[in-house]
Amino acid sequence: MPATAPAKPGSLRAEQIILFRIGEQLFALSSSSVQEVRSADSLSGGAATISAPSVDKVTQFVRRGQNTLFLVSGAKHFGLPVPEGILAFVLRNTRTALLVDSIERMTAMTRLQALPLSFCHEERQWYRGLTALDQTVVPVVRPEGFLSDEELRMLDRALPPPELSSEEKEAEAEETETDAEIDLGTESN
Amino acid sequence: MTVSTELELRSFVLLRLGERRFAVAAEETAELVAPSRVFRFPHKTPRMEGVMLRRGRIVPVCDVAEKLIGKRLTSRRFYLIALRRYGQRTEWVALPVTGECELINAELTAASASDEPHVAGWLSHGGDVIEVLNLSGLTPGQDKAPSPGAAERPPAASAWQSEAEAQP
Repeated sequence: MPATAPAKPGSLRAEQIILFRIGEQLFALSSSSVQEVRSADSLSGGAATISAPSVDKVTQFVRRGQNTLFLVSGAKHFGLPVPEGILAFVLRNTRTALLVDSIERMTAMTRLQALPLSFCHEERQWYRGLTALDQTVVPVVRPEGFLSDEELRMLDRALPPPELSSEEKEAEAEETETDAEIDLGTESN
Repeated sequence: MTVSTELELRSFVLLRLGERRFAVAAEETAELVAPSRVFRFPHKTPRMEGVMLRRGRIVPVCDVAEKLIGKRLTSRRFYLIALRRYGQRTEWVALPVTGECELINAELTAASASDEPHVAGWLSHGGDVIEVLNLSGLTPGQDKAPSPGAAERPPAASAWQSEAEAQP
């Protein structure tokens, strides 16, 4: 019976990642978790401002149908002293649009090492782990790690009521007029 | 009749930080390596400098000098790679040191209740009384490792070996 052939290195399963920068710092993000890449200007063109206590990394939001996306400053999130990014990653299955500076390149990683247990603060939420690429170690970010449930609750509470479309405004105005007529009618009786 | 007391000698690695020497139990050390590049990334854990690559492993670098001698190291000659326990798990951690390390045999005097948490005990060597370090009290990290279910499992675990789990 032939011996089982050892697994070839080429059989390692790879994950496609996007390497991006915030300031000089390099990060990686699974490309499957990025729904859209937009210029920050094009996204913030339809954005409104928001101010939530303790969530200063978010200053803008965008409504998309029933969903609200929060524009998260990657620089503020990671505590990097650099200006706001000019690209936005809309992250799949989250309410985050992450502002970054640039995309370095796309590549694949075949090994993800858990974040060493010595790192025991917020970074455990920020990163899925670390990967070694071309003799460099890159942190692989966790898409859900940019806004915690508590931060989302605070942001939701700080949201202004949705603006009505022009049709909705007309309909509401008509309703108000009708209500006023009924009130007047009641008074005249 | 002569009554002799049998000393229980244990092996320790002496490390130097500035003018002072400290000891780590030899079984808690892996190797002494030359300085190599430290990769830094944003985090919030005090004393952690970043990570280095060693034999294909990613090893966290922790500067303990400020805690032990009251100031950060301006230069370093080696990294002592030590074994830090987190509950049932053990991981490597690299400690920058300023001089050569030495392996000695000595008797350990256990720490007393008044000693700081990073002191595992004391030993006497070459006329000096030297602190034996308790790495769990010195380097950051929860003593209990996160449960395996809490950690993210990448797809195809065989291909995505978690090196942290593979360490001794």
